[in-house]
Amino acid sequence: MNAIVCEPAVATNAGCAARVASYHCEVMEHRWVNARYKYLRLHAQAPLARITRCGQFYQLRCPVSERQQPFLLRPMSVYGTGPEEGTIEFLYNVTGVGTRALAELPVGGTMEIVGPLGNTFGFDPAYQRILVVARGVGLATMAPLVREAGNNGVAVTALMSARSPADLMREEFLRGVEAQVHSVYDSDGSSAVERIEILLRELIETQALQAVYTCGSHRLLMLLQRVLADYPGIRGEVAMEQRMACGMGVCLSCVRLFDCGKEKGGKQDMQFLRVCREGPVFPISTVVGEVEFG
Amino acid sequence: MADRYEDPQRVDLRVHVGDLILRNPVMPASGCFAIEYREALDLNRLGALVIKSVSPKSRAGNPTPRVAETHGGMLNSIGIPSKGLEYFRASVLPPYTAYDTPVVVSISADTAEEFAAACAEVSLPEVAAIEANISCPNLEADGMAFAMAPETTYRAISAIRRCTQHPVWAKLTPNAANVAAVAKAAEEAGADAVVMGNTVLGMAIDVRTRKPKLGNVMGGLSGPAIKPIALRMVHQCHRAVRIPVIGCGGIATAEDALEFMLAGASAVQVGTASFIDPGVMQKIIDGLQAYCEQEGIAHLRELTGAVQLDRQLTDRWLRFAQQSG
Repeated sequence: MNAIVCEPAVATNAGCAARVASYHCEVMEHRWVNARYKYLRLHAQAPLARITRCGQFYQLRCPVSERQQPFLLRPMSVYGTGPEEGTIEFLYNVTGVGTRALAELPVGGTMEIVGPLGNTFGFDPAYQRILVVARGVGLATMAPLVREAGNNGVAVTALMSARSPADLMREEFLRGVEAQVHSVYDSDGSSAVERIEILLRELIETQALQAVYTCGSHRLLMLLQRVLADYPGIRGEVAMEQRMACGMGVCLSCVRLFDCGKEKGGKQDMQFLRVCREGPVFPISTVVGEVEFG
Repeated sequence: MADRYEDPQRVDLRVHVGDLILRNPVMPASGCFAIEYREALDLNRLGALVIKSVSPKSRAGNPTPRVAETHGGMLNSIGIPSKGLEYFRASVLPPYTAYDTPVVVSISADTAEEFAAACAEVSLPEVAAIEANISCPNLEADGMAFAMAPETTYRAISAIRRCTQHPVWAKLTPNAANVAAVAKAAEEAGADAVVMGNTVLGMAIDVRTRKPKLGNVMGGLSGPAIKPIALRMVHQCHRAVRIPVIGCGGIATAEDALEFMLAGASAVQVGTASFIDPGVMQKIIDGLQAYCEQEGIAHLRELTGAVQLDRQLTDRWLRFAQQSG
């Protein structure tokens, strides 16, 4: 059932009438959630909540300051939208030039964002239970999915991996949605791949999961690819990251290699796909992980 | 007079590039444009549509990371990924030709003969002009770009000229030592226009990892950082040749576009700026319109080469300076 999609994401474009535009936003709230992550809530005079789908991203024009002068826009997953039509939220790790510049943006300040961009998670409201496997900033990308599951009465199991309990951001991830949470940490060794594999297989065997989603860890992605190969009936999706420039499929900066299955002649059909356009969400089974470039 | 400026229809933004008449001088730079921008722009309002270079040979492109940010610009080393001409004609070209805007096909090739054959193949009725991306490496000359020297430029453009009746634009590189001589060679070989310029070869290193920021180590610098270089070269080309010059390099605003026109450009290409704002080309067109209205300019094309140079200035200055001790 897990049909491999390597064709351009037609569904995204056809199903979403919204055009890509630059939206002028006002900063409504901007605060640290822990030592490294910040929460940003913006408001635009546009129905962002209505036009933005689960898994999509925007390109942010981070402010230029004396210390930080980002030139390119910064792709960022949508952490949430609503309840007001014009409200959009981001949760980000303050790590480079762009995010350090962004972190300086004051409440009441303004910023341009371009979007919505990219495809969406494949989610069926008829699912009984989904599993989300998150690490780091990956939880921001999957938070809208958790909310959608909650809204549709779909049960959620969350496997959350972090350096230490202080980094987990459990409440930030679930945002009130009830979930069965399994937390693993680097600090006590519980996040080791072999230990997670045991846990994963147990969850899959004991819970009637229809779909597994992940974001934020290449190691966990590769583990899921290996484990899910034994369960072809379960949908497996990953939201990928890559260095981008245009964010719209134009510049071809953000390509990654994907294994799109067998061609008619029996040869593997390997294709470079644009993370910004055919993605950021891809079937876990198609990811080629042997070689890591940037 | 006043009502003339109130009627936007009265401002004529049309420009001529050889025999081609464009509704306005603003078109995308090859490689910075693809059909996806129809989601952010009305493609019927641009001056022309320039498609990303296609090469006759299939190529995977360069390793990632393919892009790195720099001060006031970016480096890229995409590497012209291509699925060949057959795929291009069947799958890439058709959606562009659905608009009422001239389509320019950009060709990249490894040898002069390959260039000529590829240009012949895309000399289709629905293609308005061919841009020969002779800024790409010439495999017959140790990978040095054709447009690095007048001789190789002449060889490539004359080979192309023999194989097509279509307008041919030669896309020159700012990495050449003497762009005026290269532009002249392109003109003598029969080019209908030159596009000046392209990215400036550059490099960046991450001091923490000690790795180059681009997978390909070196790449092309674009954006506002290179604008003064490109502007100077457009002016030099304008003085060297009689064929139209299309300006390209760091243009992000209507004012930038006007600067290029005053320096000698008949039209302009917008590249990196679209990555910052996918709707920027329309804003530039609107800005040109507003400028013409404010300045009382009836025909925008009159600005081409209209920079006011005072040719006696140096002489006057020298006489003036003689008064000093």
